[in-house]
Amino acid sequence: MTNLTELGVAAIRDGVAKGDFTAREVAEAFNANVAAAQDALNAFIVTTPDAALAAADAVDADRAAGKELGRMAGVPIGMKDLFATKGVQTTAASHILEGFTPQYESTVSSNLWAAGAGMLGKLNLDQFAMGSSNETSYFGNVVSPWRRSGGSNTQMSPGGSSGGSSTCVSARLAPAATGTDTGGSIRQPAAFAGITGVKPTYGRCSRWGVVAFASSLDQAGPMAHDVRDCAIMLGAMAGFDPKDSTSLDMPVPDWEAALNSDMKGKKVGIPKEYRMEGTDPEILKSWDDGIAWLKDAGAEIVDISLPHTKYALPAYYIIAPAEASSNLARYDGVRYGLRDLPEGAGLQDMYAATRAAGFGDEVKRRVLIGTYVLSAGFYDAYYNQAQKVRALVAQDFEKAWEHCDVILAPTTPTASFGLGEKSDDPLAMYLNDVFAVPASLAGLPAMSVPCGVNSEGLPLGLQIVGKAFDEQGVLNAGLAIEERAGFTAKPEKWW
Amino acid sequence: MSNYRIHGATGEWEVVIGLEVHAQVTSKSKLFSGADTTFGAEPNTQVSLIDAAMPGMLPVPNAECIRQAVRTGMAIEAQINKYSRFDRKNYFYADLPQGYQISQLYHPIVGEGQLLIEKDEKAGIPEDKIIGIERIHVEQDAGKLMHDQHPTMSYVDLNRCGVALMEIVSKPDMTSPAEAGAYVRKLRSILRYVGSCDGNMEQGSMRADVNVSVRKVGDTELGTRTETKNVNSVRFVMAVIESEVRRQVDLIEDGGEVVQETRLYDPDKNETRSMRSKEDAHDYRYFPDPDLLPLNLEDDFLEECRASLPELPDAKRLRYINELGLSEYNAHVLTAEVETFARFETLLAITAEHLGKPESDTATTVANWSMSTAPGVVKSLGDEANLEYATAEAQAAILKMQDTGKISGGQAKEIYEIVLKTGRSPDEIADTEGLKQVSDTGAIEEAIDAIIAANGDKVEQYKGGKDKLFGFFVGQTMKAMQGKANPAVVNQLLKDKLG
Repeated sequence: MTNLTELGVAAIRDGVAKGDFTAREVAEAFNANVAAAQDALNAFIVTTPDAALAAADAVDADRAAGKELGRMAGVPIGMKDLFATKGVQTTAASHILEGFTPQYESTVSSNLWAAGAGMLGKLNLDQFAMGSSNETSYFGNVVSPWRRSGGSNTQMSPGGSSGGSSTCVSARLAPAATGTDTGGSIRQPAAFAGITGVKPTYGRCSRWGVVAFASSLDQAGPMAHDVRDCAIMLGAMAGFDPKDSTSLDMPVPDWEAALNSDMKGKKVGIPKEYRMEGTDPEILKSWDDGIAWLKDAGAEIVDISLPHTKYALPAYYIIAPAEASSNLARYDGVRYGLRDLPEGAGLQDMYAATRAAGFGDEVKRRVLIGTYVLSAGFYDAYYNQAQKVRALVAQDFEKAWEHCDVILAPTTPTASFGLGEKSDDPLAMYLNDVFAVPASLAGLPAMSVPCGVNSEGLPLGLQIVGKAFDEQGVLNAGLAIEERAGFTAKPEKWW
Repeated sequence: MSNYRIHGATGEWEVVIGLEVHAQVTSKSKLFSGADTTFGAEPNTQVSLIDAAMPGMLPVPNAECIRQAVRTGMAIEAQINKYSRFDRKNYFYADLPQGYQISQLYHPIVGEGQLLIEKDEKAGIPEDKIIGIERIHVEQDAGKLMHDQHPTMSYVDLNRCGVALMEIVSKPDMTSPAEAGAYVRKLRSILRYVGSCDGNMEQGSMRADVNVSVRKVGDTELGTRTETKNVNSVRFVMAVIESEVRRQVDLIEDGGEVVQETRLYDPDKNETRSMRSKEDAHDYRYFPDPDLLPLNLEDDFLEECRASLPELPDAKRLRYINELGLSEYNAHVLTAEVETFARFETLLAITAEHLGKPESDTATTVANWSMSTAPGVVKSLGDEANLEYATAEAQAAILKMQDTGKISGGQAKEIYEIVLKTGRSPDEIADTEGLKQVSDTGAIEEAIDAIIAANGDKVEQYKGGKDKLFGFFVGQTMKAMQGKANPAVVNQLLKDKLG
């Protein structure tokens, strides 16, 4: 019998539809893997095996009744704990929301359940999605299933903030998981874990019911084993939502049906500014491989310039914390979540005590940065200036599209690192997202595809950035790489 | 220019006033959520997930609130900004679940406009005056804290939280309490005409922040201002200015300095007191709300807004004067309130129709009836009056009988009294209660003949040139007719017979 947990989204969906196995069998298999890995990998904050089984049973019943099945029918997934799930604790990996159980379901998760997916549990993440290594969660680090070769037992970072998502997919605890990407939080963990992750165009997936980090950047997307699985899952997640004013009011294409790795007639831009000093030579080598593969697929390679790239990361670290400082003001101990009310304390004391106890250090750091850059006297120098940079970064891409259809670059400047190796140096940590942030600032669709492993046996990812609304172009280029990279590496099971 | 002056120990002072009026937008649901806005509901029964700022909730603009703000802007002849944007005003308070108020700082929806306050010499406004309006922006209201529910804790009611407000900011163009009062009344009237705010100050639908500074007469620099928050009646606005002016003048003349600060008005003591000074002022860290796209108003939408505006107070007042021939005073009073002009116009239309005359021919009669006669009857009856019977049809029937001479003015009042008490038809009352004038020339002639015969001496005197005696004959005739003769007929017959 097939090892069901080795299967991806398309294979499970098709197998369930054909009757090769039942959705319940799939859910049970993944539930078992989830339970077995929880202590070692800590990928989930809560597990919901019953929810996975109930969804599976509904799909099996529908199939038995001859009903049409949804595009994710029978696929159990991990849900990043940034998405509000009705009746299931939703924490954003924070103490301040510990025990908070929403009375509502996020639009994206609703869409997935409506498509026949089931929930294995709520995935761990960096607290409020702030972090690049999954070391800021109140519920403990997520541990990558990957290890350096040669018998190392150093615990590796799964990347962040969607570290629970990347771990659960690469460790075969789920065939796919939701992620959110504000400045690389889908792409960087996907690259670290040897899986595929897509951040669609800003506005493709509704933000309604997703705990906000930086509203103008936050965007949900799929994380799965391959391009096809991501195309299927993105199709189930996306769609116009009148409850989100920034939602894109346009039809959702059938990305899966239109997948095509033939790159003839397509131009691929190679931005010279991404050849940064200090970038790992193995990363640069993987980039060259990617160029060769796309050429092989028929694409024309063109050199392009994105001159404001080096200002993107600093601008991001002004805009995102500014929005976060305001978005997180609602966690005040008044209506829900943690309340710390010292004896005899007044309202201001309660705010201070609650937020001091409820937020982790990285969250506090960003709230402080954000508060500072919005303060009277500093607003123009920081926030306004950063917005101008953001406009210039977007303009860089606009100009690039005159010369190419998609852009190829590394996803990250290094492969995964050991937990604790960078956690004392926030700036070094922030550099993880240097290649990811420009597409976030410009709101463009981008993905990371696995392209190989480095000399330590750790996965590497290549990033493709496309024009606004052209997820198809991004997925197609990703598929061309996937077909040629022949990435089959998987973490050896040690947990 | 107002001649309002404060006589201080060191000379004459004048006051400069600017008002920020917060007007609650009339709409079924809140500015960014679908929750109900009805006033007076049980606490926390009109709160959506968005109003309570639950994690992941997002605001969606309510088009009706935007429309009302645009219509209001048009009614004050203001620049409508096709591009506007919402900003977050960040501060922590328990009645503000989001931790920020969504407002418009940088790009308000309505730019500069103006309104006219009418001359009112009695109140010290010697001539009509234009008051500039700086801007109108749209923002969320906050909830309410309740401090009387528990001995040690405060409770929060979020029903009001997220309700749409228009903040209407005047220029510092007012120079007396009377002008400020007239401004608030006029603004309220315009809002009610437009239907964008019910103007109910007791329920807090309209409240004003009053900015006051003083300076020596002749100075051109503005003095330091104070802002007294949340003043909720016209009378209090004027009282705040008077007390604040006095306080500031006394303070400066005693060698002190006015501090720029926020103050609160205590109506019981009729004084303002400091709430927080500039040093304690919040740094609101305004920035564009990333959850909301900028508003881009389309031409079609603007045209629809403009087409939906009713005739506004100034235009109506001028039409009453120029086309209906009403006095300035009558036109002013009748156009001040929506209910008043609505009643007047309905009654005028029906009366004119019944009489088959143009409205201008009967407008003054209807105006006098509406403004003085009818309210007088209602007042004299007190609780006995059932206002449900005060229909336009009944009043028009009375006015018609009066106009055609069937009844006298006195009889009109008597009939209206009975109408208000019983709801009976005016024509039936006139017939059955004997409340009709006699226009039958035969009966009147008979009475006149008898009077002439009995007063030969007076007839001689009259004919000799003592014109004043005509009134005597009228009185005698009316007396003989028990007051029911039509005065016009009596006059005509007397003139004929006395030669």
